[in-house]
Amino acid sequence: MNKVSKMADIDIRAVRKSYGKTQTLHGVDLCFASGEFVVILGPSGCGKSTLLRMIAGLEEITAGEIAINRRVVNRLEPRERGCAMVFQNYALYPHMTVAQNIGYALKVASVPKVERERRIKETAKVVGLCEYLTRKPAALSGGQRQRVAMARAIIREPKVFLFDEPLSNLDAKLRVTMRAEIRKLHQRLSATSIFVTHDQVEAMTLADKLVVMNKGHVEQVGQPLDIYHRPASVFVASFIGSPAMNLFDTRVEVDTASVRIGAAQVPIDPALAARLRGRDLTIGIRPEQCVVLPDGGRVPAKIDFIEELGSGRVVHAEMGDQTFAAVIGEHVNVRAGDRIGLELPSSQLHFFDRDSGRRIDMEINSSVPQQVAGASTLAIAH
Amino acid sequence: MEKRSVFNSWWLPILFALPQILLILLFFYWPAIAVMKWAFTLEPPFGGAAEFVGLTNFKEVFADPFYWKSVAVSLIFALCGTFFTILVGLVLAIAVDRQLPGSGLFRFLYILPYAIAGPAAGMAFRFILSPERGLMASVNAAFPDFWNPAKYGTHALVLVIVIFAWKWAGYTFIFLLAGLQSVPRSLAEAAAMDGAGPIRRAVDIQVPLLAPTLFFLLVIMMTEGFVGSDTFGIVHSTTGGGPNHGTEVMVFRIVDEAFKGLNYSGASAQSIVLIGLIMIFTFIQFRFIEKRVHYK
Ligand SMILES: Nc1ncnc2c1ncn2[C@@H]1O[C@H](COP(=O)(O)OP(=O)(O)O)[C@@H](O)[C@H]1O
Ligand SMILES: [Mg+2]
Repeated sequence: MNKVSKMADIDIRAVRKSYGKTQTLHGVDLCFASGEFVVILGPSGCGKSTLLRMIAGLEEITAGEIAINRRVVNRLEPRERGCAMVFQNYALYPHMTVAQNIGYALKVASVPKVERERRIKETAKVVGLCEYLTRKPAALSGGQRQRVAMARAIIREPKVFLFDEPLSNLDAKLRVTMRAEIRKLHQRLSATSIFVTHDQVEAMTLADKLVVMNKGHVEQVGQPLDIYHRPASVFVASFIGSPAMNLFDTRVEVDTASVRIGAAQVPIDPALAARLRGRDLTIGIRPEQCVVLPDGGRVPAKIDFIEELGSGRVVHAEMGDQTFAAVIGEHVNVRAGDRIGLELPSSQLHFFDRDSGRRIDMEINSSVPQQVAGASTLAIAH
Repeated sequence: MEKRSVFNSWWLPILFALPQILLILLFFYWPAIAVMKWAFTLEPPFGGAAEFVGLTNFKEVFADPFYWKSVAVSLIFALCGTFFTILVGLVLAIAVDRQLPGSGLFRFLYILPYAIAGPAAGMAFRFILSPERGLMASVNAAFPDFWNPAKYGTHALVLVIVIFAWKWAGYTFIFLLAGLQSVPRSLAEAAAMDGAGPIRRAVDIQVPLLAPTLFFLLVIMMTEGFVGSDTFGIVHSTTGGGPNHGTEVMVFRIVDEAFKGLNYSGASAQSIVLIGLIMIFTFIQFRFIEKRVHYK
């Protein structure tokens, strides 16, 4: 396939969507390079599908502009936009065979029968459906239907692939397999792909670029690891990572240069403490970064219950009136009801402004050196 | 556990069902048996017990060329009527299903004709399409006798078919709209992504998925066209079977023979033939068409 002409960049400028009086998207600005694999992640109802459908042309754009390959597509019909879409429920035509399903787009485009059949076979081979071409969708398993939906999208050699939660109806094992296949397929076709999901594992593993959405706003855009290490808001911090990040509402105590978490005081850099004086803060720390000491440590806590993960364990503990999760290795010998101590390395703390929920970027807690602001600068990450 | 209420006595449930049983006996079984009896007997002209005459009544009916004409008229009426009611209902349903602004109002308007009695619609159309004063009058002024159902049998037949379709399209419309709305919207969207425009989507996706509804309507409308009370009512109030037997559908001829000609035996024989015809039609529909219907 001729790769160069199949790629497209996508610009989304100040796009809004209202259904009647209720607004579901409040001004989205995004820019995707051609060939990129973009994942849009967010909780159910945040407007991911709406955004995707507006790119596809299935939903009217209330305000703003969407451009594909620098051509504004607001007024174009879906077929004029060069996108292919894989629907969450697959939307296979129940009265057509697998071959007819896959070839329908070519039939509509009046591709001659011989060529059509050749391309149907070719595409079926790519997704491993050769034996099933004469079956109806009702006679296929979930995974096979998913493949038909994929085949139907790739046969058109689209410039843009749109996926709306395509894996959410599959069982866990199949989901992992299909995830890998989608990624492989992307490397092969290298069309711009936009993949919508509410599953953070899918998002982290698939994305070149990750877009986190919440309530019709874009919360953060970036590479998956950047977003994991430097969540731009309390929402992103709590949404990405499993088990979820521990978050505490607190204030800085300037005279002791520490923050109070539960009953304990965690010392922080005095310069930082001075900067954050008097501000309402939310402080976060990932469960993986907390150290559990069976024989008491800096912060005393009591274990509520323990979740086995196989590779490790999640300890849910109580310290004062706060609950808390920490990941420990299997060799650490603790049980529910035990009194333990927690180490909260201050370098691993994330600081957020409590009112706006936005990140407060400080050298002290950033692990990504090239993006560090000067030690004395105080910036709210965008 | 499921709780069931059970009648303790045998007569109480019968009592509850009695009104319905009486109605069925009185208005269905009794006439049906009477028709069977009349079809094979002849009333002596000056009283006395009816005489069994075997198939004589049927032979007489089949020997009458006007009878065969009424069979042909009925066939044309039912086939064309069914075709146009379903076609019009389908087009309207697809249009309303697109949910453009105002579709709620149109949904209401399209159903409305179904609420009007056939004879009333017939009377109205007699004026609306009257050759001297109606919508076609100006055409007639330019081309005399272009439209004259009072003079030409074919025009009259077109007229009654139009009225039938006008009234019953509202009925097929409801069913087809309900059918369309049960087709997942994502299928039409997938077809749109595959490059199909609205008409292509309707033909390739929506209509095939409506096959069960279409089949149901085919059976219902064919039966309605042959024996429906509207078929009689429309013909009776519009053309009276004329001109020259041009719109004399089988039901009209039966009623005419029985209550104008007072030939109960002949009318009964015709009724039995009609019932037989409907059974054959329904059998053909189920045997050969239903196979092509996808029920998913
Ligand atoms: N056709 C519609 N009419 C009214 N509200 C809608 C419609 N479609 C979606 N919404 C609303 O828009 C919001 C976003 O929906 P959606 O984009 O489907 O969310 P998700 O992120 O789960 O895909 C939801 O609150 C939903 O209720
Ligand atoms: Mg969705």
